[in-house]
Order: sequence, then structure tokens, then C-alpha cells
Amino acid sequence: MKVREYASVIEQKEIAAGIFSLWLQTEQIAGEAVPGQFVSVYSGDASRMLPRPISICEAEPDGRLRLVYRVAGHGTEEFSRLRAGETLEILGPLGNGYPVHDILEIPAERNLAQFSGKSGNDDPAKRVLLLGGGIGIPPMLQLARALQAGDGTKVQIVAGYRDELFLTEGLAAAGKLSIATEDGSAGTKGNVLDAVREQGIAADVICACGPKPMLRAVKAYAEENDIPCWLSLEERMACGVGVCLACVCQSKEVDGHSHVHNKRVCKDGPVFRSTEVEL
Amino acid sequence: MNTKVRLAGVELKNPVMTASGTFGSGAEYSEFYDLSALGAVVTKGVANVPWPGNATPRVMETASGMLNAIGLQNPGIDVFLERDIPFLQQFDTKIIVNVCGRSEADYCEVVERLADAPVDLLEINVSCPNVKEGGIAFGQNPEALRHITQEVKRHAKQPVIMKLSPNVTDIAQMARAAEEGGADAISLINTLTGMKIDIQRRTFALANRTGGLSGPAIKPVAVRMVWQAAQAVQIPVIGMGGITCGDDAIEFLLAGATAVSVGTANFANPYAARDVAAGIEAYMRKYQVEDVRELIGAVNQD
Repeated sequence: MKVREYASVIEQKEIAAGIFSLWLQTEQIAGEAVPGQFVSVYSGDASRMLPRPISICEAEPDGRLRLVYRVAGHGTEEFSRLRAGETLEILGPLGNGYPVHDILEIPAERNLAQFSGKSGNDDPAKRVLLLGGGIGIPPMLQLARALQAGDGTKVQIVAGYRDELFLTEGLAAAGKLSIATEDGSAGTKGNVLDAVREQGIAADVICACGPKPMLRAVKAYAEENDIPCWLSLEERMACGVGVCLACVCQSKEVDGHSHVHNKRVCKDGPVFRSTEVEL
Repeated sequence: MNTKVRLAGVELKNPVMTASGTFGSGAEYSEFYDLSALGAVVTKGVANVPWPGNATPRVMETASGMLNAIGLQNPGIDVFLERDIPFLQQFDTKIIVNVCGRSEADYCEVVERLADAPVDLLEINVSCPNVKEGGIAFGQNPEALRHITQEVKRHAKQPVIMKLSPNVTDIAQMARAAEEGGADAISLINTLTGMKIDIQRRTFALANRTGGLSGPAIKPVAVRMVWQAAQAVQIPVIGMGGITCGDDAIEFLLAGATAVSVGTANFANPYAARDVAAGIEAYMRKYQVEDVRELIGAVNQD
């Protein structure tokens, strides 16, 4: 159930240049959020009418909600100035997150053959690979935690940065963490798939969030290797709840709403099976 | 206190409606409040067949408003009749179906398909700036507007509202053309054609390059045009353009609107249309207005 709340700010910190971590106290939203969902965040300035969609990084049963976002314009710059005790209007949780239950149901060892040597048959654990690129990294934290709860599931995270790292401590605690940086300052030089290839990381399932070129490459990689894969998409939104039809993506099948090939990222997604969408 | 108004023989419980394209067919916002709070729901434009709409990005925020170029994505009349109309029938509110097309024949086909449907009014979209054919082409030339109004009226069972474009030199002339064509009411304003350029990428912000500007930024233009149109015709005028609260709606009523539509504000506040209806009542209580109809066109012209 999506609700509008005036959440109070618990704490805000700049965790990398232009990347902010905002902890909010919510009444209902955090308690209901599943990994991969987002919230609409409203500006306090009426001249900025449209909500900013921001992914959920962490959601605690006690109502604490963590958003980690990049300052990309005037709206997010305004949010970055919020201090403890101030309030923020948010609507959520929105969209469909990663289907954690379905992911945990997928059998292990689907793809051992193609990964030479790395994955021994003596280890029957299912390997879930989480790929986060840039500001697509934050939702991987809550997802990793949720997947860790599954018996016999190994969570491997690959986080791809431009240069400066963030959230690495939390991610390392939630799974086995590998890093890629575009400038080569940490981990593999290159993108998340360069790290996957260089480090020989095998997977039975992939979940990814990041910029479109990255998602396009991940989709191709998953389909070439016959690995079930979920992608979280981003598109410019207005309403955030499926009304305005701004944030559509091209879908393989005819969509249920308009009976064309346009699924709504905000309502039908943002998480889709990779085979469901054309990127 | 009376909040009821009559629009082409149809009684609305209050003057607040939703602006086409900002409310879908009500399903999404019905998760937030009971749509029976509204005088009418105006649906997103529906065509004879499904339309895929434009490429993305389709929207961009601008100062006190937004640009959109959705391109009238819609499921077509078959799905609409089967799914959207029965959904709206659950609520104690009037149903106004917005109709779009690429040709006169398209509009007439949709209007005919709606003839036996439980629909209270039709709104004919001859003012969308974001589609290549149809849309605004009929809404910028008085002769074309008069002609399509006549054609639609010949096929329509329900009263017809013609939705006018503000992208014209003389709105009064367009209002008269619709009236002469037999329109039962007019609604205005649709969006103003605009453009935004991304200066970092040096690209157009919208894939369609141009888009329709809406939101509080256009409200003064809308109030002026509603006033001019209301002066020019005898048929009722439905006012819209940047309404976010009851006070905004009152301005339109005073300018001569019989009813108002809430559009872009829905995106900023999912409860906006309901809040506007409550805001009108609050104004009426504050100024001891017994009947909302007293406000229509009541701006002091001395």
C-alpha cells in the first residue's frame, strides 16, 4: 500500500563527492518496502512540482529508511541540505522490487559448465550475483541482505564506480564484494562486467541496477549465458504511480495497460526480467 | 451550501474535474481517495486503436510546471470500453471521455463506439501539441474546428465538449467557432507549446523536442483565455491550467468557468483534485457564498 508521509530526518551525510546518505524515520513506508522499490521525494519548493524518484537503500522494520542519492540538480541539492529533525514529504513504497522469493527458488548450479574451474561441484550453494553501477549501487544493499536470509545462497556483489567508492563497508558485510572502477583506482579497471570476467565470477542468478548502457550489456551477458536476470530500469518520471505514461520502456510483449509495447517503469517495474524488456 | 453545477444538462456534484491525461482512467489515484469526491473524471484521450505514443524522455520539469510529450499513448476504444468504463462506474462521479484521433473519421468512429456506453459527456481533444496528425491541427484553424465539431456532433449521443488550444492568436474566435459548430461546452486551456534544452549535453530535453507546458506557470494565461472565451460564447466553459488549490479554482470560476479541471497538480500531490474541491468549499464558507454558481463569471467588471 503506497502512502504519503512527512518523514523526519534522522541523519544525513555526504558519503562521497555529491553522494548523500539520508536516514529517515517513516511511519509505514520502510516497514512495507521490498528491495528494489523506490520512493517519490517531493521538494519543499512549490516551483519544483515533480517528485524525484529515489531508490531505497535500506529499510528497517522499525520504520527507518535510508536513501542514498546523487545530487543531480536543484531538487536533490535541496534534499542534501536537510538536517536532523527536519521533515521531508515522500510517497511510497513504489513500483515492483526484485522478486526475492522467486530468486531464492531458482535452483543452483545451472551454469557451472561455462565457468572454467572457478565453481567446484563440491559447493552446492546457489550464487546470486548483484551488479550495481554508480547510483544503481544503493538498492543492492537491501537486496543483498534479503537474499542472505536464504539458506544455501551465496551473495556476490560487484559494485562499479567511476572513481570514489561508497557503501563498500555495508556491501562487504552483506555479501562477497568485488569492485570495479573506471579509473582503475580500486578493484578491476573498467565496468562491472569487466570485473565479472576478470575475476571469473560465476552466477546462477543476476540482479542489476545501473545506467542503461550497463544494463544493456548485463542483459546480453545474462542471455548469452542463459542466466535468469532481473534489471532495475530508470526513466524520467512525472507522477511515479503509473498515471502519466512518461516513463515507459519497450517491452517484448504487449503491455497490460495500453496494449502496445510500453511497460511503465514506475508501476510495472522498475525491476523487470531481462527478457521482458528491450533496451 | 450548494456546490452543484450543470454542464450541458449534466449535473456535477461539484465543479471539480480531472484534466485529461493527468488522471488515467482513475484507477491509480483511486488507491489514494474515493473518486466520488469529484464532480467528474475526465479520462486520458482514447483513440479508435491503441497508440504507442512518443519516444522517451517524454517529460521534463520546468519552473512551476512541466513539459510533456507523451504523444497520446492509449489502449484504444475496445480495451477502454471493456476495462476503464466499468471501473469508473463504481464511483458516484460523472464520466467524461476524452477522444483523440488522427482524422475526422477517427474521432467520429470513437464517438460512435461510445454512443451506447454509460458515459455522461465527451471531450474532443483537438488541441494536443504532441502528435503529428490530428490533435492540434483541428484546433488552430477556426474553420477546421467548426467543421470537426459539426461532424462529431452528428455522430455523438452525449453532449460534446471541445477542448481548445491556447496556441492560437484569438481564443475568442476559436471559442465562437466551436459554439457555431454545435459544441455543448468548451474546455481550455490545453498545454502551451514549449521547449527545454539540456545545456550540459546540448540536446533537447524531450525526445519530441517540443512539448506541452502545464502547471502553475501557465495559470495567468489560462485565466485570461477562459475569461475571453466566456465573454465570447453562451455555452459553458470549463477552465483549467495550473490549478493546484481551491483558491486557484475560484479564480477560474470568477473568470467565467462553470467547472474546472485539475491536471499537473495531481503529479505533485496525488490528492490534488480532492483538495481543490475541499478548497472551494472552504472559500465558500469563508466568504459566505451559498451557491457556487454565484461565483461563475462574477469578477467585478466595473
